[in-house]
Amino acid sequence: MALTDDVIKELELKANDIRISLIDMLEDAGSGHTAGPLGMADIFTLFYFHILNHDPKDPAWAERDRLILSNGHITPIRYATMAHAGYFPLEELKTLRKFGSRLQGHPERERLPGLENTSGPLGSGLSQAAGMAYGARMDGKKFRTYCFMSDGEQQAGNVWEGAMFAGNNKLSNLTAVIDRNNIQIDGMTENVMPVEPLADKWRAFNWHVIEVDGHNMRAVDDAVNEAKAIFEKPTLIIAHTIPGKGIKEIEFDYTWHGKPPTKEEETKFLKELRTLKGKIEASHND
Amino acid sequence: MIKSDQKLSPDIFGDIKKAPTRDGFGHGLVEAAKADERIVAVCADLVESTRVEWFKKEFPTRFIEMGVAEQNLATVGSGLANYGKIPFITSYATFSPGRNNEQIRTTIALNNVPVKIIGSHAGLSVGPDGATHQALEDIGLMRMLPHMTVIVPADAEEARKATLAIAKTDGPSYLRLGRSGTPSFTTPETPFEIGKANVIWESENPQVALIACGYMVYNALLAAKELQEAGIGSIVVDNHTIKPMDEKTITSVAQKCGAVVTCEEHQVAGGMGSAVAEVLARTNPVPMEFIGVHDQFGQSGEPEELFAHYKMDVKSIVEAGKRVIGRK
Ligand SMILES: Cc1ncc(C[n+]2csc(CCOP(=O)(O)OP(=O)(O)O)c2C)c(N)n1
Ligand SMILES: [Mg+2]
Repeated sequence: MALTDDVIKELELKANDIRISLIDMLEDAGSGHTAGPLGMADIFTLFYFHILNHDPKDPAWAERDRLILSNGHITPIRYATMAHAGYFPLEELKTLRKFGSRLQGHPERERLPGLENTSGPLGSGLSQAAGMAYGARMDGKKFRTYCFMSDGEQQAGNVWEGAMFAGNNKLSNLTAVIDRNNIQIDGMTENVMPVEPLADKWRAFNWHVIEVDGHNMRAVDDAVNEAKAIFEKPTLIIAHTIPGKGIKEIEFDYTWHGKPPTKEEETKFLKELRTLKGKIEASHND
Repeated sequence: MIKSDQKLSPDIFGDIKKAPTRDGFGHGLVEAAKADERIVAVCADLVESTRVEWFKKEFPTRFIEMGVAEQNLATVGSGLANYGKIPFITSYATFSPGRNNEQIRTTIALNNVPVKIIGSHAGLSVGPDGATHQALEDIGLMRMLPHMTVIVPADAEEARKATLAIAKTDGPSYLRLGRSGTPSFTTPETPFEIGKANVIWESENPQVALIACGYMVYNALLAAKELQEAGIGSIVVDNHTIKPMDEKTITSVAQKCGAVVTCEEHQVAGGMGSAVAEVLARTNPVPMEFIGVHDQFGQSGEPEELFAHYKMDVKSIVEAGKRVIGRK
């Protein structure tokens, strides 16, 4: 499917619906993370509705692309996107973080079909993705492996062990995406423990690096296509995102890392997101 | 019967206040740091939730931020201690001493330097975050290490005292803390000494000893009260120091009662109960039951829901007490 302007409009509207589900489910849960998931809504939507080769009705399909989520705390956005993509009923989103739910506070592979890995403890996703990509290449498999990471996570040593391994082994079937939203728990990444110069670090580990605006669907899609055309290296896409994207009060505010909206905030935020629909329509009509 | 020498809260079975043990640590650390300027605090991107924030406010130049890097947290901590500081390294228990276990083993325990490892958010009482964040192995990991002192406080006040106590020892220590509030049943007058278990309840003619640590101590007390109402006497031990264990007290309560139930928020394999069994197998074998998690992971849910599901609530302790008496 070509990424025409009409398709982009549909994807942006879908991302907005997914943000609405996200706010709704986080308020129901009464705990959880808000800023990171909102910031990654556009990328998750683009992947599940345009990039990934997958089948929601057959999550175990052997040839599917693999999407490894390393920063497990943003799993609500993965759950919401999967529900919208048809992996499970939308109503189930209400069970997030509740006793007995398949939607655990941090994702668990064995509980929900379609989750490729268990995560939450940061820094271990990339190496798992590299292991998958390595195994797939050994068997001549054609699917691609993607790994989503966060920027705070770049402080963890395990990430760089994985980066060195994937670079050394020229895992060109592996594409990683960093959610470069500049926040973590204790503040802005560059105040807590600077990760810059991030692109240079990855280049030094023999990765092909592309920087994009993570809310520009076309730019992210182009970067993913470029990665498919690079045969000598794994590719890293540094996606510059706005934490809390879509809700002005949350945007750029690191204190929204790990708290859910209250009932009053939910009402206000849902209203704001609904007004965004008109704006998305309008921006594609001229 | 509540032991009067323990000076426990008068509200113990009434409208008792709750506070998380991490709060007691936060206060204790500030207090300890005022008394000893060698104390520094190191944290891995969890300043607020480990309560090390209060230390950071009071002593900004003695606070060190690591970012999300627990292996570095342990090894930089080791270097600081080797040089002459007393570092309190703080994170969640799944990450420290979980993720950085080998670094702790070699550079802190074998190196034998006074790093104080603070593992918060341990146990099922973490709640909705789920299995990845509910440390159920940390007592085992830490008690297997030579030189390591291991303490699991039962309430915030005991955590404060434990923090002050480990600040004064020369070796490495592990302090296990919880996220959720636990009933504040001890008081500033309640005795606390590393390696000295507190007998907090003793009936006449006790038939079973409930030996507990952390969040489970209060549940054990409530179970003792229920057993008493059913005409069954018991002893409750707040066994806060897992290592070095108070063998004398453990042996003596086992002798008096002839049966033991251990209660902890941890895998039963390798935890506090295992440590008690290791002592009693040598000194005074008696039938035992183990309250804790039996070879499963935790999951999302509210603490009380999880305790009921994993059979760690008051009812389950009462049942285990009756069961073990039947095995005498
Ligand atoms: C190994 C590990 N250490 C600490 C944590 C606690 N933690 C959860 S999220 C987080 C912040 C990391 O920053 P980032 O992922 O960039 O956060 P976001 O942008 O989503 O706010 C931390 C420290 C963890 N999950 N794993
Ligand atoms: Mg971030």
